[in-house]
Amino acid sequence: MPHAHDHDHDHDNDLDHMAARVRALEIILTQKGLVEPAAIDAIVDTYETKVGPRNGAKVVARAWCDPDYSNWLKQDATAAIASLGFTGRQGEHMQAVFNTEDTHNLVVCTLCSCYPWSVLGLPPVWYKAPAYRSRAVIDPRGVLEEFDVDLPAQTKIRVWDSTAELRYLVVPLRPKGTEGLSEEELAALVTRDSMIGTGLALEPYQP
Amino acid sequence: MSLHDLLPQADDDRAFSEPWQAQAFALTLALHQKGVFSWSEWAKSLSEELKKRGVAEDGSDYYECWLSALEKLLVAKSVAAPGDVDALAAAWQRAAHATPHGKPILLENDPQHLDWNRAP
Repeated sequence: MPHAHDHDHDHDNDLDHMAARVRALEIILTQKGLVEPAAIDAIVDTYETKVGPRNGAKVVARAWCDPDYSNWLKQDATAAIASLGFTGRQGEHMQAVFNTEDTHNLVVCTLCSCYPWSVLGLPPVWYKAPAYRSRAVIDPRGVLEEFDVDLPAQTKIRVWDSTAELRYLVVPLRPKGTEGLSEEELAALVTRDSMIGTGLALEPYQP
Repeated sequence: MSLHDLLPQADDDRAFSEPWQAQAFALTLALHQKGVFSWSEWAKSLSEELKKRGVAEDGSDYYECWLSALEKLLVAKSVAAPGDVDALAAAWQRAAHATPHGKPILLENDPQHLDWNRAP
């Protein structure tokens, strides 16, 4: 950890306590033949750069454009999502929950932080925070207000609690006035938060 | 701590705030792929850590909980003996402290160096 010194000798390195523990664990596991450092680096690279909410946005845009795909996504989200090349490594099943004019869907994991990694990447800070995990269930409308999502009073909010086996992807409502847009242009309107349910899809031409 | 206080970070799309968090995350995935534990076992272990008293409301100690959950699960699965990680982590910290700034940190630099490769 960096720290300020006013003396001028060659000072020693400090290895952060947590960094030292992880390094120790990796060495123990490598010696037991359970992990390979190169494979660990590849996993980090994948999650830092290759998976993210753009994957989910492609799924949503396809569902908006293609009614057959949309039906497939409703009935067997795991397979429909895998057909676009996005598969989970934890053997989890996916369920797509579609927003309608009557019902808005909101996803949480009250127990820990189960999240549809293959389509959304890793969860944002707030998704993992107890403040979100506990309040999303007790007061979903209040939580949505904090995200500046204002729903009509008559809109029902349905909260989905993720598990290790089942993860949810919200399919937001397709914004009005987007009939002429291509699938790619539509995908650009699908935000990460809109697929968790803490946001709505962007309006076209909105900055 | 209200949820609202956390939202300014919502635009921060970095998955990890420090490299060790990414390492801990990747180790967990690799061990699961190797069949050391099922994903349900992992989720149970993590959720037990996350519901402990004193866990930060803002989720800032999430990966501390993650690593602790992983270590406990590995002890439960008899993959690592209790204290293994403590001892080796302490050795790394001693080695780091004994290594001049700018030089690579080697375990051999630990003044109390034990040959871990020959450890049973």
